[in-house]
Amino acid sequence: MAFRLKLCPEKTNIDFFWAAPVTFGFSIFLMAASLVAWLALGLNFGIDFRGGTTIRTESTQTVDVAAYRAALEGQELGDISITEVFDPGFRADQHVAMVRIGAQDGAQSITPEQIAQVEEALKTVDPSITFPSVESVGPKVSGELIWSAIMAVAAACAGIAVYIWLRFEWQFALGSVAALIHDVLVTIGVFALFQIKFDLTTVAALLTVLGYSINDTVVVFDRLRENLVKYKTMPLRDVMNLSVNETLSRTIMTLMTTLIALVSLLVFGGDVIRGFVFAITFGVVIGTYSSIYMAKNIVLYLGVDRGGPKKDSKAGTQFANIDA
Amino acid sequence: MLHFPVWKRVLIWGICALAILYAAPNFFYSRVESHNDAVAAIEKAGGTATPEQTAAVGLWPEWLPSNIVNLGLDLRGGAHLLAEVRVEDVYAARMDGLWPEVRDALRGLRDQVGSIRRQTAPAGELRVAISRPEGMQAALEAARKLAQPVVSFTGMGQNDIEISSQGDVLVIRLTDAEKTAMDSRTVQQSLEIIRRRVDEVGTREPTIQRQGEDRILIQVPGIGSAAELKSLIGTTAKLTFHPVLGRTADAQSSASGDLVLPAANEQGIFYVLDRSPVVTGEELVDAQPSFDQNNRPAVSFRFNPSGARAFGDYTAQNIGKPFAIVLDNEVISAPVIQAHIAGGSGIITGNFSVEESTELAVLLRAGALPAEMTFLEERTIGPELGQDSIDAGRTAAIVGMVAVVAFMIASYGWFGVLANVALAINMLAIIALLSVVGATLTLPGIAGIVLTIGVAVDANVLIYERIREELRQGKQPGRAIELGFEKALSAIVDANVTTFLVALIMFLVGAGPVRGFAVTLTIGIFTSVFTAVYVTRILIATWFAWRRPRTIVV
Repeated sequence: MAFRLKLCPEKTNIDFFWAAPVTFGFSIFLMAASLVAWLALGLNFGIDFRGGTTIRTESTQTVDVAAYRAALEGQELGDISITEVFDPGFRADQHVAMVRIGAQDGAQSITPEQIAQVEEALKTVDPSITFPSVESVGPKVSGELIWSAIMAVAAACAGIAVYIWLRFEWQFALGSVAALIHDVLVTIGVFALFQIKFDLTTVAALLTVLGYSINDTVVVFDRLRENLVKYKTMPLRDVMNLSVNETLSRTIMTLMTTLIALVSLLVFGGDVIRGFVFAITFGVVIGTYSSIYMAKNIVLYLGVDRGGPKKDSKAGTQFANIDA
Repeated sequence: MLHFPVWKRVLIWGICALAILYAAPNFFYSRVESHNDAVAAIEKAGGTATPEQTAAVGLWPEWLPSNIVNLGLDLRGGAHLLAEVRVEDVYAARMDGLWPEVRDALRGLRDQVGSIRRQTAPAGELRVAISRPEGMQAALEAARKLAQPVVSFTGMGQNDIEISSQGDVLVIRLTDAEKTAMDSRTVQQSLEIIRRRVDEVGTREPTIQRQGEDRILIQVPGIGSAAELKSLIGTTAKLTFHPVLGRTADAQSSASGDLVLPAANEQGIFYVLDRSPVVTGEELVDAQPSFDQNNRPAVSFRFNPSGARAFGDYTAQNIGKPFAIVLDNEVISAPVIQAHIAGGSGIITGNFSVEESTELAVLLRAGALPAEMTFLEERTIGPELGQDSIDAGRTAAIVGMVAVVAFMIASYGWFGVLANVALAINMLAIIALLSVVGATLTLPGIAGIVLTIGVAVDANVLIYERIREELRQGKQPGRAIELGFEKALSAIVDANVTTFLVALIMFLVGAGPVRGFAVTLTIGIFTSVFTAVYVTRILIATWFAWRRPRTIVV
């Protein structure tokens, strides 16, 4: 027998439902907590959604945030925030900071004069400073981008629900959409709690998480559908447990390979997309959890029409009536 | 299931070979790029090539595919602008153009309507007061004769203006159908002119697209900053030549109806000009940067025949009087006419630097924008940052790939090796498709590819886990493999269709980099299903037929 790395025993017989009230309650609690965090703390919107300007600075000298701030304070640009950026991929003499300037009045993005003014001011602090990127979004566009982002997530959920409904049953569609809403909400909650920058790419990350989470859910549902036909008399709860146990080793394998790729991106992919990759990584883990503990609980609760013998006999009598 | 007909084998291996062939140019990116640039340059020059270009063409064999993945602005560096065209600007100009016609029509009815006076009105509206309100009916009829049918598909059967009366005021308003048609024309025209201006500067592969009703997206790789791009396309460059009526220091002093414009080089000085220009920039055929007799930078220009005639006639009749050269509502200079200028060429002097005169010549050649633009969004990414991102993405992809490969081998042994071959072909197929489709690779796109490495093996995992189950139930190896593929298929299809739905929505709703991510994700879905279902199966089938193992360990 050749060596095989096994993350999961060959045959598991875990009862995923014995702690259902606990896990289900935990999920509800997470969702509620996320909602509270979202509403109370708000999201740290990037310029895509709030309007404004970000300037990335790079210098061979260490970043002196206080000096940068002092230089920009007198410019009457409104709300300014400066953060230093760290990344293991940077060279020893590479010091990066992000300067963010709040949205200016009117629909316009920042004027070239204002950018020149900021760059000039920073150059007096640090002559070796360069500006590898400048991005500016006017308030008019940012309002539209928020709207299109909400539409995108809603449309994705609706599209998935319809597809699952067509391929499976409505109970499955409801269960998967509940799991999706759970994943999105909890991810947003984490972004609110830690005030991680939330921008257009984060929305793309959320959509990717939806895709991954539904992928997981569908694999289990697919097996469940198969087993429902195979074990017609087994109670629904047992069939579900069996299906989850049978697909468990696949769930863990795929979670592992996906996490390997994502962690590699998180470590080596650079600071520009770190927020994006973090959102996907977190969402993938929460998505795996939700397809095991969230989606199925709802299907179990709603029950599945299994077309058992009882219904068949009824159908028979109906035909008998017609004959008579 | 393990027996493939010959045509299927040929087809699958053929697709794999094509994937390798079309992915290949990307591994020699800079070489192929200079080859492509040289080919394009030679074609533009009409077949003549410099020695350097010939050398560059020789860097890559002609018979190999030369499509390479387009790098997005965030990877290559460059500038991105989203501009909104102020379409209402054109309404006012349109009403100014209509006014003389209305005036002439009403003058013919002087005995019925009395004297007429133009009142100030919002853009898109013309208000004319008549001194005899009882003649309003006749005035309305005369004005209605000026209405023209709208030229557009949606506005069929409607007129361009609607005429009504409010007491003693005749109100002429643009209809909504005409406004829609005008907006569309204005944006289209702006797009054309921006394209001409950007092409004049000669950067590679700019993207200039219309977005929505009245917006234009401009992406120019390789340009230093968005500010630079903005000054190139943000200037209206409307050039007109007007007779000068006087000079004043008070902008409010002149009689109504005349045009009062500030002087560009003299603070606080205004020129009073005749509202109707002698000639306009539309009649220019050429403009070049040059120097005047004092060796200061200037722009020389040439008119077309009708412009030349109008300009010649005017200068012949007005020797000794000044005329004003007006650019974007500023008087650049107001020289005195020394002699009759025949031949239709001239020179514009002002306080230009060499750069300014060069840019002005470009703008004049490309033509004036029909309306001003507001910039809603701008992004500049430096080329170094782009290169850093590419390097980081490449490192992440290699590390992720090696780790996944090792993990698959540790988990599935020989079958893991086969899955890895499929994974490699999958990666090549993604690169090949990106190149052939002409999709743009962005930084999130690279993340999408790395993510695909992790998720693509999912289909293989589903199949292998299924085979294991079948083996556990005591099935023969061949049968177990067959059943594994067969039973895993519905889960693979459902899982990928839902992911595809999500990617599709991302593509439709998302903008810029998000779209790039959606494209790589979608391509990844198709290639990974192909490689997992067909390539892995044919690999296993070939191996199985060759070794005929009695037992297998997955």
